[in-house]
Amino acid sequence: MQATVRIRRFNPEQPANNGKFQEFKLDVPDSTTVLDALIKVREDVDGTLGVRCSCRASICGSCGMRVNGQAKLACKTKIADVSRHGEPITVEPMGNMPVVKDLITDMKVFWDKLRQVEPYLQPEGPAPKGEYIASDESMNHLVGVMNCIMCGACVSDCTVLAVDKNFIAPAALAKAYRFVADPRDSRTSQRLGVLNESGGVWDCVRCMYCVEVCPKGVAPMERIMKMRDLAMEAGYNNTPGARHTESFASSVKSDGLLNETKLAIDSTGIFNIPGQLAQAPVAVRALLRGKLPPLFGHKIKARKQIKRVFEKVEGQE
Amino acid sequence: MFEHDVLIIGAGLAGMRAAVEAVNRGANAAVITKVHPVRSHSNAAQGGINAALTDRGDDWTDHALETVRGSDYLADQDAVEVMCSEAGAALIELEHMGVVFSRDEHGKLGTRRFGGQKAARTFFVGAITGQAILHVLYEQLIKANVRVYEEWFVTSLIVEDGVCRGAVTLDIRTGELHTIRAKAVINCAGGAGRVYEPSTNALICTGDGYALAYRAGAPLMDMEMVQYHPTTLASNGVLISEAARGEGGYLLNSKGDRFMLRYAPEYKELASRDVVSRSEQTEINEGRGIDGTVLLDVRHLGRKVVEEKLGYLQEVAHDFMGIDLAEQPIPVRPGMHYMMGGIKTDINGATSVPGLYAAGEVANVSVHGGNRLGANSLLDTVVFGRRSALAAIEYGKSAGAGSRNEDLLASEKKRIQALLDRPKGLRSASVRRELAETMHSHVAVFRDQQGMERAAAKVKELKRAYGKVAVDDKGKVFNTDLIFALELRNVIDTAEAICASALTRKESRGAHYRVDMKKRDDANWLKHILVRQSAADGDPKIDTAPVTITRWQPVERKY
Repeated sequence: MQATVRIRRFNPEQPANNGKFQEFKLDVPDSTTVLDALIKVREDVDGTLGVRCSCRASICGSCGMRVNGQAKLACKTKIADVSRHGEPITVEPMGNMPVVKDLITDMKVFWDKLRQVEPYLQPEGPAPKGEYIASDESMNHLVGVMNCIMCGACVSDCTVLAVDKNFIAPAALAKAYRFVADPRDSRTSQRLGVLNESGGVWDCVRCMYCVEVCPKGVAPMERIMKMRDLAMEAGYNNTPGARHTESFASSVKSDGLLNETKLAIDSTGIFNIPGQLAQAPVAVRALLRGKLPPLFGHKIKARKQIKRVFEKVEGQE
Repeated sequence: MFEHDVLIIGAGLAGMRAAVEAVNRGANAAVITKVHPVRSHSNAAQGGINAALTDRGDDWTDHALETVRGSDYLADQDAVEVMCSEAGAALIELEHMGVVFSRDEHGKLGTRRFGGQKAARTFFVGAITGQAILHVLYEQLIKANVRVYEEWFVTSLIVEDGVCRGAVTLDIRTGELHTIRAKAVINCAGGAGRVYEPSTNALICTGDGYALAYRAGAPLMDMEMVQYHPTTLASNGVLISEAARGEGGYLLNSKGDRFMLRYAPEYKELASRDVVSRSEQTEINEGRGIDGTVLLDVRHLGRKVVEEKLGYLQEVAHDFMGIDLAEQPIPVRPGMHYMMGGIKTDINGATSVPGLYAAGEVANVSVHGGNRLGANSLLDTVVFGRRSALAAIEYGKSAGAGSRNEDLLASEKKRIQALLDRPKGLRSASVRRELAETMHSHVAVFRDQQGMERAAAKVKELKRAYGKVAVDDKGKVFNTDLIFALELRNVIDTAEAICASALTRKESRGAHYRVDMKKRDDANWLKHILVRQSAADGDPKIDTAPVTITRWQPVERKY
């Protein structure tokens, strides 16, 4: 089949064409991956093309890049799947990281964030003579996270990181979960305490992009949500995020629907006077546009049934 | 110029295990690696790691005997004894570091059975054992705060008065050359898959470590022993783990027969890899294949086993073939996978060049001899990675000071500049492809004199042609075009060593199967073949060394 690949070029030593797309037309077998095509360009047409790659089998994590605007692993992406009618595909370097050359990014930010979560097992006391005893389920569960190959796709497309450089971001948070959920690790509570702070689990906006782009099914956002629960269970309740979660649940449980005014006040913290005052202009603007939610929330008729649902679920936990 | 006690080349399992050991013992150790550590090819080891744990009734001497038999009696038995007796401790240590090994119903480590072995002694993490261990060793590297020269390439070893004193290196990001001096160097640079096309190996496996040692005068041993893995994808050579057969998968020919019942009545699909690969190739050659493949069938294991224990295989089958392993058999064929041969070392990783150590696939201790058992390679890396670190530290204490001259740096700068300045010439990719396809045609599962001679002649021709290789990229920043050209020289030198050794061995043993000399000949060839590059004319020079036999006398292999 014919494939047209448009590659965004960047070379710090020859900046004339930086940022521009260069188009390559290739004759390739139907099963060709984006990586196969890039290798073909590099080997047969233009040796200056910069691209990291190694295993060709989605295990080394080298070839993270954006294909048609979304982060992908090039070796796992068939051209036929992203260009169903032979239309040109665009290939660009990952986002949220500086570009070194063409499709090669500087992943320093990625590795620095990884280091931030103390990414190594910290068991209690001296090691046993044999292995630690742990259930197969617990280990299998962690395999789902160990599947992460650190390709950077989730970090590339993280919408929070794009506006907040302080965010630990999905990959490192998923790595943190790998220790939080490891029965052999002794610092679960301390780890959760750190992750409860600014840049941690509460800063995710649940846009789902990391789940969508992860080529290995690690689902970082789900791990982040799990750590929110675990943090609250461990007693870390005094954050806007935790208060938001509790207020949300309690208002639905008692009234059958969300009380937005109460949610805003609770999330900020009742005794947080400067925080409450800071919200006043928002309230005024909402009032002027007729968007201010009622001060005392409505209640639905069937709220008793909602309450029963809550109690049943809470009972199961 | 940079200086360290120990410089470790490569950040796969052997390199990282060595680095963690060295730094935790207070040595000033650093790792140099041409890719980020977690990109290393140890990732691709899928099935598991072998160890005989006494607390479940296993015996390391059984493991050792099966390793020796698997090697077709070419392994040095003292080395096998070291590896197998230290396996349990090495495995438990990995578990303590945090590897999420599969468990049994009591919460203890669970096992699966692997080829060439009667006992189930292969410990695993799904079908991502290598990745799971590599990432945990990287965690340990972070914990120990090891200095890593990341995305740096070694262009040559510094050898002064016959003693290794460090390396000349290229920082890929900046294009600058640097000298890194060290009291001892541990070469853990990994395999040489790109000498063959196709291969299960990653694109980075270009034989760098073999070639560096070969050119530095250290003998390589049993380089003719190249493992073809029985189950690789026909389309692109990607590996389908032995775990598929370990969990109970069948191999079928075009008639639907489980042909391994004929070739290996006792071990069947789990005979040693050389035996299974030869059987498959025989079926294919005799017309019972399907477009050059046979079928791997795991349907009868059920979807739960396929998805939980062979998850990564399912992913690869789906991505590259559109096949659901729980529903459909997958076509496979033997594919180049592993180098049993490598830099000759003693049981502490010491090579014949003082100051130069080696561990992992690039080394030949020798524990694999003529054929490696599945799941012994991961074990090899951690046991001998650790031991080589201990020996290198000890050696460094009395190594004395080397010179501080920069002659080699200057000559390497000149060599690389000449390559960059060559306006037009051969493309390194096409030279490599020609060489690698020749090797796959003639130095593969079945070999004969004429074919091997043809391969050797082609390698010689391409070695001369190397002087005409040019690069498109003349820049400094991340010039991968230049790196490929430098790697190509390593591919060619490694191929030269393989051909010279293969032509020397006048018998069939392990992976070296000659259709013109089908019998193993213990009387004449129960010995190692050494090859080193002559300093005088650059040609390979052959030597032999005896095989160490401690307790298992060679007998005929039967599976």
